[in-house]
Amino acid sequence: MSTEQLPEHPEFLWRNPDPKKSYDAVIVGGGGHGLATAYFLAKNHGMTNIAILEKGWLAGGNMARNTTIIRSNYLWDESAAIYEHSLKLWEILPEELDYDFLFSQRGVMNLAHTLGDVRESMRRVGANQLNGVDAEWLDPKQVKELCPILNINDNIRYPVMGATYQPRAGIAKHDHVAWAFARKCDELGVDIIQNCEVTGFIKDGNRVTGVKTSRGTINTEKVGLCAAGHSSVLAEMAGFRLPIQSHPLQALVSELHEPVHPTVVMSNHVHVYVSQAHKGELVMGAGVDSYNGYGQRGSFHVIEEQMAAAVELFPIFARAHVLRTWGGIVDTTMDASPIVGLSPVENMYVNCGWGTGGFKGTPAAGLTFAHTIATGAPHTLNKPFSMERFETGALIDEHGAAAVAH
Amino acid sequence: MLLFSCPNCGPRNEGEFHYGGQAHVAYPTHPGDLSDREWAEYLFFRENTKGLFAERWVHSTGCRKWFNMVRDTVSYDIHAVYRMGEQPPTDLDPATTPANAPAQPLAPAQASNTSTSEGV
Repeated sequence: MSTEQLPEHPEFLWRNPDPKKSYDAVIVGGGGHGLATAYFLAKNHGMTNIAILEKGWLAGGNMARNTTIIRSNYLWDESAAIYEHSLKLWEILPEELDYDFLFSQRGVMNLAHTLGDVRESMRRVGANQLNGVDAEWLDPKQVKELCPILNINDNIRYPVMGATYQPRAGIAKHDHVAWAFARKCDELGVDIIQNCEVTGFIKDGNRVTGVKTSRGTINTEKVGLCAAGHSSVLAEMAGFRLPIQSHPLQALVSELHEPVHPTVVMSNHVHVYVSQAHKGELVMGAGVDSYNGYGQRGSFHVIEEQMAAAVELFPIFARAHVLRTWGGIVDTTMDASPIVGLSPVENMYVNCGWGTGGFKGTPAAGLTFAHTIATGAPHTLNKPFSMERFETGALIDEHGAAAVAH
Repeated sequence: MLLFSCPNCGPRNEGEFHYGGQAHVAYPTHPGDLSDREWAEYLFFRENTKGLFAERWVHSTGCRKWFNMVRDTVSYDIHAVYRMGEQPPTDLDPATTPANAPAQPLAPAQASNTSTSEGV
């Protein structure tokens, strides 16, 4: 049944050390973003006396339960710059990390189902092309040629009126990505400390000097927060507030199937996105639950609506069995763009608010956040993504290109 | 799907309702006096409580009226439902009640103290 051979793992991945008394920098959160940040801190800035603290097990949160889509077809210049840089890093990382994590550039289609969708999508294609991002507009016939199992009949509730297409976009095997970063971090001397929950911060005036954890107190000169859905909880411990709201986001996978789905199809309007994993499962994502939640489970009706949309678009899936569903907590901002930068506490930095699309941003988040932590100032790419934008009004409104409404 | 007790219509499925975010966020008393930072706090900063949370919902496909609810954001248990203009039951003390809404610095280290414009 398997469609593609999974790569062999290296014999050794990472050590499991006890925390030291002090580090030059502590990264809170051992997901993709935390691991990438530590990797670039070590590689680009020579900071190797650093620790990643993970309350559970490595990359067991949103990194273990996302729909693995990677693309950079965002509307605004700031987003196109950071996501396109991320995509370029994805293209070189398997070699750089010496680890095949099955990055597959099979292309992503974002379907349009209304005239409004069509206009917005064409505008985005134009904006992408101006920013050097590969993007095309496809009519329904071209959509069908690329993905023959899609239903393009015009007698359905929301017919396919076309799609944007980014050929360089695709998917990667998320857990292998985490292991690839973790292995390199370990090689570079980074301590990956699992089962270590942060319970508070130690401050000297307004400057952070240490982290209290379930495995003792750790002194540190710099703290980077990479905790996705739980960023608000950490910020509250540190005495400040973030303009983010946490919501459950659900996805599901089917049993294994022969290869039938050659690309990635996303639909913002009817709210489903589907790709076929390397082993053959159909991976589907839904929208977020409307309410704030930390329960790591979602509403059944959200899955029901997602399945209805999937079956209408892909009639061939009508008899596919669901293998499992899961919910993760995503941290959303009012403009659907992340916050990567300084915090109100000195020497403490925040990387959060990636909402439903943090996986694709992993390399660029790590690169820019590491720069910010090492130098105390933002990188050119994450400068627009500061918290001050909510005060200055320089919002980066990506509700249209974020693909999942939140 | 959650079951909500609309104060007007009684128990109905979650699907009949729309979410309105944090409850008890009052419009600023003197909007003309607010700094940019205070406006940012009013517009963009909301509590994101892990635990009891006072929030607004509207019964979109029923009476179409807004109401308040105290819900646990971890277990999703509903602890209280009450009308607009009323305060949450005092024994629940969700983190969003006015007395607990803290003043917030917004920008990095240069942030100065400011009074909150939320949660009256």
